[in-house]
Amino acid sequence: MSENGKSLVLSGSGVTKIFGSGAKKVVAVNKVDFEFHEKELVSIVGESGSGKTTLVKMLLGLISVTEGDIYFMGEKRDIRSRRQKKEYWKGIQAIFQDPFSSYNMFHKIDSVLLDCINMRGGRSLPRPKKIEMITEACSFVNLKYAELTNKYPFELSGGQQQRLMIARIFLLKPKILLADEPTSMIDACSRATILDMLLGLRNETGMMIIFVTHDIGLAYYISDSVYIMERGRFVESGKADAVILSPSAEYTKRLINDVPKIHSPWDFTKAAEGASV
Amino acid sequence: MKNMLEVKDLTTKYITRFHEDVYAVDHVSFCVKEGKSVGIAGESGCGKSTLALSLMGYYFPPLHYTSGEIIIDGKNISGMSPDEVRLHILGTEIAYIPQAAMNALNPTQRIIRFIEDVIRAHQPKASKKDIYDLARKRFEILNLPADVLQRHAVELSGGMKQRTVIAISTILSPKVLIADEPSSALDVSSQKMVIKMIRDLMEMGYIKSMIFITHELPLLYNVTDDIMVMYAGQLVESGSAKQMVFDPVHPYSKGLMDSIIVPEEGARDIKLAAIPGTPPNLKNPPMGCRFAERCKYMTPLCKAYAVKMTDFGDVDENGSHQGLNRSYRCLLPVHELKASYESEAKGGAAI
Repeated sequence: MSENGKSLVLSGSGVTKIFGSGAKKVVAVNKVDFEFHEKELVSIVGESGSGKTTLVKMLLGLISVTEGDIYFMGEKRDIRSRRQKKEYWKGIQAIFQDPFSSYNMFHKIDSVLLDCINMRGGRSLPRPKKIEMITEACSFVNLKYAELTNKYPFELSGGQQQRLMIARIFLLKPKILLADEPTSMIDACSRATILDMLLGLRNETGMMIIFVTHDIGLAYYISDSVYIMERGRFVESGKADAVILSPSAEYTKRLINDVPKIHSPWDFTKAAEGASV
Repeated sequence: MKNMLEVKDLTTKYITRFHEDVYAVDHVSFCVKEGKSVGIAGESGCGKSTLALSLMGYYFPPLHYTSGEIIIDGKNISGMSPDEVRLHILGTEIAYIPQAAMNALNPTQRIIRFIEDVIRAHQPKASKKDIYDLARKRFEILNLPADVLQRHAVELSGGMKQRTVIAISTILSPKVLIADEPSSALDVSSQKMVIKMIRDLMEMGYIKSMIFITHELPLLYNVTDDIMVMYAGQLVESGSAKQMVFDPVHPYSKGLMDSIIVPEEGARDIKLAAIPGTPPNLKNPPMGCRFAERCKYMTPLCKAYAVKMTDFGDVDENGSHQGLNRSYRCLLPVHELKASYESEAKGGAAI
């Protein structure tokens, strides 16, 4: 199971999530198949309500999978016990949309970062060594540890908090990083910084990144391959250039058409389609 | 064309609880002509939203008016008390759509009640039937289903709520509409509907001019005629949308324009340029150029002299000069800045 010599890190077949039952049954994710290879940067694009976040939660093991199987590093994922789950999370980590609610507000930044080192098995390292690792991680994301120490996460701006999140990932060095709309809450100028850092992270540690977003322009810019999600299904997938520049699914065409562009005019004639009350 | 909104040297400040003055809007001057729209771009914390609040003349502590004039259609509103502003300005002269407008609707009321409130605040004797007829007519023109009027806010989707709020706040046909990130919480197709509706309002003349605030530059480029870029409480550059996106002069606007991401051919080859550093603390802003610390082209003079906005003679492509003046705030001359951008672009290509 490999493509261009790259091995599979995460794959799934027929992954389904159903909420509720009977008349109130909601199929949030409907039999999706995917294959993510190492060092790849994959984007999952869809509008709100298309099931992106539900899929991310399943991949992270935060909610159960109703049907279908997820394979991690070629083996079927088994995270029934707490110990297994912890082990699994050493290999897969996430950055969430809202940096303001990602942190435990009672923990100082130092302990947030120290926890990461401990999780990687560095509990017995001498303290100066730990501080050195933290300083390195902070400087990777353009933060100064000396300014952060003894502060709480909420004292930082949104962009800084999101960068601290990336510093965490830098320390943890997981196999897979799930980035769930990491740039949607911060402004366009800091966005470029965050994207740069994600790309740097991949080059540095060789991790695979799953980038979840509703901004198709962003997905096109950053990713190797793109999965387009509509109502719980993948309607189109492939290399970024192929999907964005010559889309075949109606939904993809509409998404691209709905984004404001600068070189071609923004077409308003099709605006009424697909809009919900 | 007459000026709908004229702002002269507007300065407003926040007074913090430690009695420090923070000048969030610092000597801002511009004007918006009838039928024109102006966009304000800038990173978070640069004073975009404070400028919007200040323009309404709606000052509540900790925000205080310091100096300057705001003239709406020949009427000076600076110095009015909040009560006067609410009676005579809000709704009829200026309408404001806040960022989280869709959360502003009281869930226990039907939509028609909000419209009644807005109209009765200005015309206390308006009859229920007149209000209903007016609302229905306006909703139909704007392609909003009329049955929304009888619904509660919780029954509507996010995009629908946002469009309803816009319809409510513009029901009295204000002269200026201030839209503060009206679509940044929505996904792309709802965003497009909201923008289409704002454009319709402009085209049909229900609003005479507009100020649109967002940090999404491709959106601004498609919505407004002119763009102003704000940095640390000051304007740093202004010009027509096309000039600003394709030919920015100030190093900060250049940095902003370089961070544009669109799903178009060639977009992947662009190297995103992040501007390093953070904006200065406005409690004690630097004496010279506020962008100097982060600027690639900084000279020792930049930190010593405060620079004023200077016009430079670029007129619109078609020769008409109806929008904002092309002006910038930098010590370096225009041709020098442009030359360094060009040589940089070439250098990047060579690598």
